[in-house]
Amino acid sequence: MPRLLRDVLASEYVVLLLTVLYVLCLWPIVPEIVSASTAREVLTAMLPLLLLAVGQTFVLIVAGIDLSITSTVAMASVVAASVMTADGGYLAGSAFAVPAALVTFIAVGLAVGVANGLCVTRLGMPSFMVTLVAQMFVAGAAVWFTSLHSTSVSIGNLPKAFNVIGQGSIGGVPYALMLCAAAAFGAHWLLGRTTLGRWLYAVGSNPRAAAVSGVPVGRVVLIAFVLSSICAALASIVYTGRLETGTPVLGQRVLLDVIGAAVIGGVSLFGGRGKITWVIFGVLFLSVVDKGMQLLGLSQFIVFAVKGGVILVAAVLDAIRNSFLIGESR
Amino acid sequence: MSREGANDVPPVLSVEGLRKSFFGIEVLKGVSFSLEAGKALGVIGENGSGKSTTMNIINGLLMPSAGTMSVAGKPYAPSNSQDAATAGIAFIQQELNLFENLTIAENLAIRKLPRRVSWLPHIAKGEMRRQAIRLLKEVDLDIAPETPVNRLAQGERQLVEIAKALSGDARIIVFDEPTTSLTTREATKLFSLVGRLKARGLAILYISHILDDVRRLCDDVVVLRDGSQVDGFPVAEATIPRMVNSMLGRPLSDLFPPRSGRKRSDRPVLDVRDVSQPGIVSGIRFQIMAGEIVGIAGLMGSGRSETARILFGLDPAATGEVRVQGQLVAERSPRACMAAGMAFLTEDRRGDGLMMAEDVLTNMKLARLADLARSSVASVPDAALNEKATAMAGSMRIKARSLERQPVRSLSGGNQQKVVLGKWLLREPAVFILDEPTRGIDVGAKAEIYGLIQKLAEQGAGVLMISSEFEELFGTCDRILTMAHGEIVAEFVGPDFDRASVLAAAMQPQPGVA
Repeated sequence: MPRLLRDVLASEYVVLLLTVLYVLCLWPIVPEIVSASTAREVLTAMLPLLLLAVGQTFVLIVAGIDLSITSTVAMASVVAASVMTADGGYLAGSAFAVPAALVTFIAVGLAVGVANGLCVTRLGMPSFMVTLVAQMFVAGAAVWFTSLHSTSVSIGNLPKAFNVIGQGSIGGVPYALMLCAAAAFGAHWLLGRTTLGRWLYAVGSNPRAAAVSGVPVGRVVLIAFVLSSICAALASIVYTGRLETGTPVLGQRVLLDVIGAAVIGGVSLFGGRGKITWVIFGVLFLSVVDKGMQLLGLSQFIVFAVKGGVILVAAVLDAIRNSFLIGESR
Repeated sequence: MSREGANDVPPVLSVEGLRKSFFGIEVLKGVSFSLEAGKALGVIGENGSGKSTTMNIINGLLMPSAGTMSVAGKPYAPSNSQDAATAGIAFIQQELNLFENLTIAENLAIRKLPRRVSWLPHIAKGEMRRQAIRLLKEVDLDIAPETPVNRLAQGERQLVEIAKALSGDARIIVFDEPTTSLTTREATKLFSLVGRLKARGLAILYISHILDDVRRLCDDVVVLRDGSQVDGFPVAEATIPRMVNSMLGRPLSDLFPPRSGRKRSDRPVLDVRDVSQPGIVSGIRFQIMAGEIVGIAGLMGSGRSETARILFGLDPAATGEVRVQGQLVAERSPRACMAAGMAFLTEDRRGDGLMMAEDVLTNMKLARLADLARSSVASVPDAALNEKATAMAGSMRIKARSLERQPVRSLSGGNQQKVVLGKWLLREPAVFILDEPTRGIDVGAKAEIYGLIQKLAEQGAGVLMISSEFEELFGTCDRILTMAHGEIVAEFVGPDFDRASVLAAAMQPQPGVA
């Protein structure tokens, strides 16, 4: 039994197993946790979170952190909305409005990612500081930008063709799910099968050894930040499409959920370790825990406290694992 | 080991029949020695011979399975390192235990900061300073006690550590590989200090891979092999061949492989022309032919490692050209140098040689990635790469439980170094720069690495080898360049080097350094 227990705890699927256990425990109390509608709601909540977490994973692997993602979501949302809104958008009514808006989302993500990445690689600033400042700056800029285009706090009246991306589905498969699956598969392939993927892990594991071995360390770190911001832009597309408005306060409370989900999945805050499958499990776990507590009718404060506790435990486990590794080298 | 005086005074430290088992496996099979006041005892042995286990038992970090120890005739059974300090045993470790952000004075007084009023936590700075000045004088370190430790060179830090040991009234000082990170000049200073400590009646236990140092410093030598004490003799009998034979358990007719199978050609594989970087190196100019091994000797700070880093594109150079196999390396970056056929084994394998948390194969494959794919998002041909790396690990006889799961941090130093070598050999370099290729590894692994270097040269590569160990340069190189204050000051052609003049040329003092 202890051996079995150890194998289970050391397995990659331990988080998935915990999710199942959690559901089984709640089943007798709130039977509706096992139902198609609950599954749909969990999935809906999960998708944008997963996009953000996938992006965050790239940065965590190179031993950085990206705190600016929520502001990137907000900024992309309002700038793209200003392009396509029927209320005086730059391309209002044009056939190109929606494609141009989609390009705008990505462009905003690219801009924030490049700015973050350059500050970290060229100026040698800690990513924590760079992205924290970017978070404040971009969030403020998003509100200011909105005020230029709208008298209200958001930019509404978006084309139907765009809102479909957030809400519609084809053959029962939501567009958002397709987008998200494509991003996750892409990231999984990039990390596991390509040279760039190996370089990301190598830089996170030992940047100096990587540099000596011919890895373009600065470029790799820059790419990680750009990928994170582009994933944030994709999440912004999903959020904006669902709300049918571009708002500067979009997704502001999910930052800790995103980093927490990655860490729960097993991505190391110390760099060099992490897989997309782990991140999927982490996001699923956090979303299911969230939904379960909602069904139990617990107050929002308790939900926060429990989620915080779970993330703390995951972070502590990560630190223990890391100190164990360091201890072994002595 | 020496017998005189044993009747009158008990030895300062005596160790009798120490044994230690881990999980039923005996790693120490009866080690006994005694240490007298004013004497130095050298403990030598390969990695895994039981040196560290013995030292950890003396330091109270491990409990022996059997055996006894006594300090000045009194039974000594430490249960932690505090007990060792109380008994007057101080350890100078390879990795120093100093607070780099604090000043020398604070470090020296850290165990018991002097207070103005005994019950108030207010530090008496004047008293602390006076203590520090006294201790620094004892170790002959002429630096203001207010200097933060992070501003000190490695050798100076070590002296501070020794001063700290003296502040604790140590009677026995244990040195664990003290010279591996020191320049020759710093080591000389350390040796004269050890001599003074002996004269003051302290007992020294000296653990080192560098047999020359042991011979120079110690009065007696104990040799460990596979956890057993296999030999012990006074230093007068401690010739290098005898020490090496005892450590290896087999006669090592020659540590260095014969140079016979090598044909030097006249085709330069590396051509360095007037490389300069103000304040670092100036006018570096030399050639290495295919199949040639060229050594660089010089003090640390003479510019030898800096030259290597510049040649490999890691550090900038203001002027100069580097040609590999006749081709100018235009872009100065590690990638461009690698593409031209260069490889570089750095002096610090933990810091910039290996990803310590990753396994052998992952480490060995890293340098191959860049030239396999035309684009960085192309797929990595993993199966083929793994096969090659596994074959390389096998041919180099890398000892690991698993090539794919065991992190390299848990390998021995010699095996770690083989992983770094293997990483580069997979790329079949035309020019291989080796900076301290045998630092901190045991004699057996050294011999294997010399063999690999020799084989590489036989296959037509040019090798540039930087080393602080002169014997190693004499034994392997065809030519030796000596560097001082950032310039190449002399060139010697082998294989029969005039040792005295090479040493004299390499030991040139640097301007501005006391």
